[in-house]
Amino acid sequence: MADVALRKVVKRYDDVEAVRGIDLDISDHEFIVLVGPSGCGKSTTLRMIAGLEDITDGDIMIGGDVVNDVPPKDRDIAMVFQNYALYPHMTVAENMSFGLRLKHYPKAEIKARVTEAARLLDITDLIDRKPKQLSGGQRQRVAMGRAIVRNPKVFLFDEPLSNLDAKLRVQMRIEIKKVHQKVRTTTVYVTHDQVEAMTLADRVVVMNKGRIEQIGTPNELYHKPATRFVAGFIGSPAMNFIPCRLEDAGGKLNIRLTDRISFPLPPARAARYNVLPRTEKLLLGIRPEHLTESHAHLEPGVETFDTVLDVTEPMGMETLVYFGLEGTPVCGRVDPNAGAKDGAPMRLAVDLNNMHLLNEATGAVL
Amino acid sequence: MSMLAIDKGGPSRKVKYGSMSRDRTWALRWSYFFLVLFAAFSLIPPIYMLITSLKSSAEISAATNPWWVFHPTLSNYFELLTSNQFLRFFWNSAIVSIVVVIVTMLISIPAAFALARMKFWGSATLATGVFLTYLIPDSLLFIPLFKMLAVIQDFTGIALLNRWYVLLLIYPTLTVPFCTWIMIGYFASIPKELDEAAIIDGASWLQTLMRIFIPVALPGLIAATIFAFTVSWAQFLYPLVFTTSVDQFVLPVGITTTLIKGDVFNWGQIMTGALLGAAPPLIIYAFLMDYYIAGLTAGATKG
Repeated sequence: MADVALRKVVKRYDDVEAVRGIDLDISDHEFIVLVGPSGCGKSTTLRMIAGLEDITDGDIMIGGDVVNDVPPKDRDIAMVFQNYALYPHMTVAENMSFGLRLKHYPKAEIKARVTEAARLLDITDLIDRKPKQLSGGQRQRVAMGRAIVRNPKVFLFDEPLSNLDAKLRVQMRIEIKKVHQKVRTTTVYVTHDQVEAMTLADRVVVMNKGRIEQIGTPNELYHKPATRFVAGFIGSPAMNFIPCRLEDAGGKLNIRLTDRISFPLPPARAARYNVLPRTEKLLLGIRPEHLTESHAHLEPGVETFDTVLDVTEPMGMETLVYFGLEGTPVCGRVDPNAGAKDGAPMRLAVDLNNMHLLNEATGAVL
Repeated sequence: MSMLAIDKGGPSRKVKYGSMSRDRTWALRWSYFFLVLFAAFSLIPPIYMLITSLKSSAEISAATNPWWVFHPTLSNYFELLTSNQFLRFFWNSAIVSIVVVIVTMLISIPAAFALARMKFWGSATLATGVFLTYLIPDSLLFIPLFKMLAVIQDFTGIALLNRWYVLLLIYPTLTVPFCTWIMIGYFASIPKELDEAAIIDGASWLQTLMRIFIPVALPGLIAATIFAFTVSWAQFLYPLVFTTSVDQFVLPVGITTTLIKGDVFNWGQIMTGALLGAAPPLIIYAFLMDYYIAGLTAGATKG
């Protein structure tokens, strides 16, 4: 087991810069998830750590040693691929032991390690089967088993759950978390699914266009996003961004969304945003769960407004409501018993204690 | 192969209602019609050979029904199989074909692996180039090849012309390009992650080839083997040009040169020799075909 460090890592394919100078420190035992839309460079970064891609510039260190020119087999890493990449002509046991057999481990130790990994992953009964006789979830377990038996310094996962159906994905997500809790190997996990990222990671690295947007714990990213990209990417349904501006009203600071709708900011927020020029074009970032039905007793900082709903989506435990504010589509989450109906007027409450204010031009969270 | 596949699906498919199944029935009828036609077309010559091989010379030259044997005899088979000359041809053919298959595989497999997987400068061009060499017909190549070997023979003093083993040098020029091309296709169809997994597991290129690629691409390997064997076994022009003594002949040249004397065609023995000569490829096909199909379906599932 070891820590991993990336220093100003760049990957260039001809003219295209896939990864544009990444700095990342992953400590021992940590579970790091690289997340971002397709083409953001997350897989390339993982493959560079694995040694499957050369790095154009910068340094990659595993356990304190620079491994830029070390071939994959000498990096002491194990990788789990999206399409499992099991050797089709070998049994489960042979698949798992392939790496150990290449390194001429004693037979008894290979058997012990395979048995232990199979037990850990609950695939003991499948040990003599060929990959084609296994279901997708079982194949993914075998792929993980192949990684575990090697007892490497670092586990690398490249979208391992993307080929599974939704239900199995949730189940395997929990399995992966359990396995990590047991083996505690440093893990780098790539996914485009922000839910996977949030649920698995000790720390999440949000990537966009070859750069790191933000690194943080799932809670930090959710509650304190640094950029509009992170704010919009983390959380489902996504955060609403409503054009707005600040205005002074009788010694107080107000936020104006439309000609009709304007709210006084809570004191803490007002103090924070008071320095901003009133002319600046801003965006109010508010998550759907902070746009709810109105109550009789409202907390301080919670303001109400009236709107007409376009569409409602009953989800069972909540109902998603969609409406427009001067052409900007907005989503809220209300109680299923709040009486939200398609096309009906409704009074909603916005919790400004959980608001974010963004610069429209730069996308920075202020 | 396609006949086999349809045979299996055919009987269990009962007529159902609806235009889809009616279309299907008609498609099946047409395919049976053309398959029977095709089978008859390709089977009539060997049947004719078989009939003729069972006749004596007298019966062949008599103006009787050529499609019927009135006095069947195995004398043609007996004479050929006890003739040292014929057995010599057979032996030469067998040695040449087997060694050529081995040489071809030893060259084609690593070449295809390198061209399919190790992305080096010019590998794509080289892969196309390999195939293009296959497109040049042997009838254009045999004279320059002959000159080339003559020069080498004069220069080194190693006897090459009129020796059966010269064919071991010549045949791979036919088999290697095509087999390499087939294998490139098979290797390219293996998911990239499979060799990446092997590399991360600690396999060298050679280990990846031997322990992953060859077993996984076995159907392709068998297809290439069958091809190389058939080409070497049936090749006529090169052995005709490069060997001139009877004891150096391979089967196709041996049969046509020794059983046709002037304008006398020993039809019975020619047909017998041709049938016996067709037996080894037939046996190899029969043995490998099952394995070939089994391998095909096994490879079809996702890695």
